Amino acid sequence: MKKLIVLVLAALLLLGSLACLAGCGSSKTLTLNVYNWGEYIADGSEDSFDTIKEFEKWYQATYGEKIKVNYDTYASNEDMYAKLSAGAVSYDVIVPSDYMVARMREEGMLLKIDFSNIPNYSYIEDTFKGLYYDPEDAYSVPYTYGVTGVIYNANVVDEADLGGWELLWNDKYAGDILQYNNSRDGFATAQYMLGLSVNSTDKADWDAAYAKLKEQAPLVKSYVMDEIFNMMESGEASIGSYYAGDYFTMIDAQADNVDLQFYYPERCNYFVDAMCIPSCCQNKELAEIFINYMLSEEPAIANAEYIYYASPNSVVYNSETYVDDIGEDVYDILYMDSEHFKENYSEYAFRNMSPEMLDYVNTLWENLKVG
Amino acid sequence: MKHASKIYTALVMLFLFAPIAILVVFSFNEAKSLSVFSGFSFHWYRELLRDNETLISVRNTLLLAVSAALISTVMGTAAAVGMNSLRRKYLRAALDSVTNIPMINPDIITGISLMLMFVYVGRMFGMATSLNFGTLLIAHATFCLPYVILQVLPKLQQMDKALPEAAMDLGCTPLQAFLQVEVPEIMPGIITGMIMAFTMSLDDFVISYFTTGNGFQTLPIRIYNMTKKTVTPKMYALATIIFFVILTMLLVTNLRGDEDSRELKRRRRAARAAAKTEKKLKKEGNEK
Repeated sequence: MKKLIVLVLAALLLLGSLACLAGCGSSKTLTLNVYNWGEYIADGSEDSFDTIKEFEKWYQATYGEKIKVNYDTYASNEDMYAKLSAGAVSYDVIVPSDYMVARMREEGMLLKIDFSNIPNYSYIEDTFKGLYYDPEDAYSVPYTYGVTGVIYNANVVDEADLGGWELLWNDKYAGDILQYNNSRDGFATAQYMLGLSVNSTDKADWDAAYAKLKEQAPLVKSYVMDEIFNMMESGEASIGSYYAGDYFTMIDAQADNVDLQFYYPERCNYFVDAMCIPSCCQNKELAEIFINYMLSEEPAIANAEYIYYASPNSVVYNSETYVDDIGEDVYDILYMDSEHFKENYSEYAFRNMSPEMLDYVNTLWENLKVG
Repeated sequence: MKHASKIYTALVMLFLFAPIAILVVFSFNEAKSLSVFSGFSFHWYRELLRDNETLISVRNTLLLAVSAALISTVMGTAAAVGMNSLRRKYLRAALDSVTNIPMINPDIITGISLMLMFVYVGRMFGMATSLNFGTLLIAHATFCLPYVILQVLPKLQQMDKALPEAAMDLGCTPLQAFLQVEVPEIMPGIITGMIMAFTMSLDDFVISYFTTGNGFQTLPIRIYNMTKKTVTPKMYALATIIFFVILTMLLVTNLRGDEDSRELKRRRRAARAAAKTEKKLKKEGNEK
């Protein structure tokens, strides 16, 4: 009798877990699974446009069918890659950064996009096409782009010291300087200053940049990523490098005695985040409709205003309302030299490196951090 | 010396509660800043109520925590009863250690190994995607289980073994003896175990991160993913609300606990008094 009960319980447990594995959440209504960076879409907060909700409404009005968008977020390209490559989840639209687009394309993890479903692609001008990560423009639609620069507190830093990456090496501001806590970004500051390529395959170049970083180390307050927001806003640190768009986020929250300013050194880093369709996609046409919607005027402008990064969409950067909304001075910084985007991007953006080079760079970086 | 101990206590309290106090204060800040308090406002609370994605993730987190707590409490209690009735000592010691492993195991190992297992099983059955709410629930119930066992087992050991036997002598079936005598006796352990399971599930990030699938994000995951940009003060507002809800719950249970123990003391006193009178009566009877 006892054994029978145990047997029944065990069978129940097994069946229950199997049912859970297979069944939970698989309903028959039309669903679209979107996987994007956190805080990377206008979501209705601060009276902004609620992109996902509006898309659901628009879809029902246009196609007469109800749709449910599952919107999930990730914190880094690597997190997203890990989840997808394990075959653990399935998404219809993802937004990787340029180097990750290249990697996933090479590994066959992306599907070719059918651009006849994306008429709004015509809004993307040529300077944002044919970039190295997708030379034939078959797998990606650019969503945002950005440029790094130097952010400083004008109440602390003398105007005479401005201009280049040298500010991050100025010993007058020892203990007031922030450096990236990420090998490629950290090395890049030294490489741009020295005029070296950030994708160099020559170890001597990396050694030279390493020597520069070593020289800087005693001046650095700390190595940071998103912690830079609070440290710059509060005046705890006075000099750091980050993306132009993030500089405006910091200004919104700066303390009274802090006056944050921004400039581009001669050479800077560029990135593009692009919408792609991964090979695990369940409904490709729907994914293309969504991408097309994201390029249309209202959502595109709302997203650009919400994220504060530059948009490669001509409907956005040629829009007067957009320029009015973000302010002309902001616009000038975000879109500086945008007509030469392709040349700058090709020269200064990060490319994927061979595993051996990456190993070498990471070893140097670890040595630097150990001190 | 007396002052030193007071200062020590004050310092401990400061380190424990200063971060929460700062969070609460800045959730009422008018501006976005964490460094300047520019004025009192409910702005971020209003923003929070309008943020659908966050509210959905709160609902997901609660749904998951309640279900995981219920499942692990039922299974954990059953397991504890079974383990307690084992006669062979070495077998019991072995089982004890086995249940402790998931607790000592780093979360990241539990998370990754569960994910690999789900993906493997999913592939075996030819499923395109293997992670979903079900896998997340299995993972949570799994890592909550040892905490329930750990709470219930000592209560069973403390219990007088003669109690269920006496109940059966008096005509209870084994099931009745278990439900009506043993369960009330070990109830405090079950409740504590359930609360622990609930809180463990509520604030788990690492394991959830590896085992959740499409369209089901919990609150910790959502907050973590905000770090490409910054975490908005909406989250301070949400954390403040959660903190005060938990605080109220804690106060209510503690006050009720006080009442219970007072009631218990009163009953014990009454029992002792009754015993005394009985003895006295007996003595008087003997004398007569």
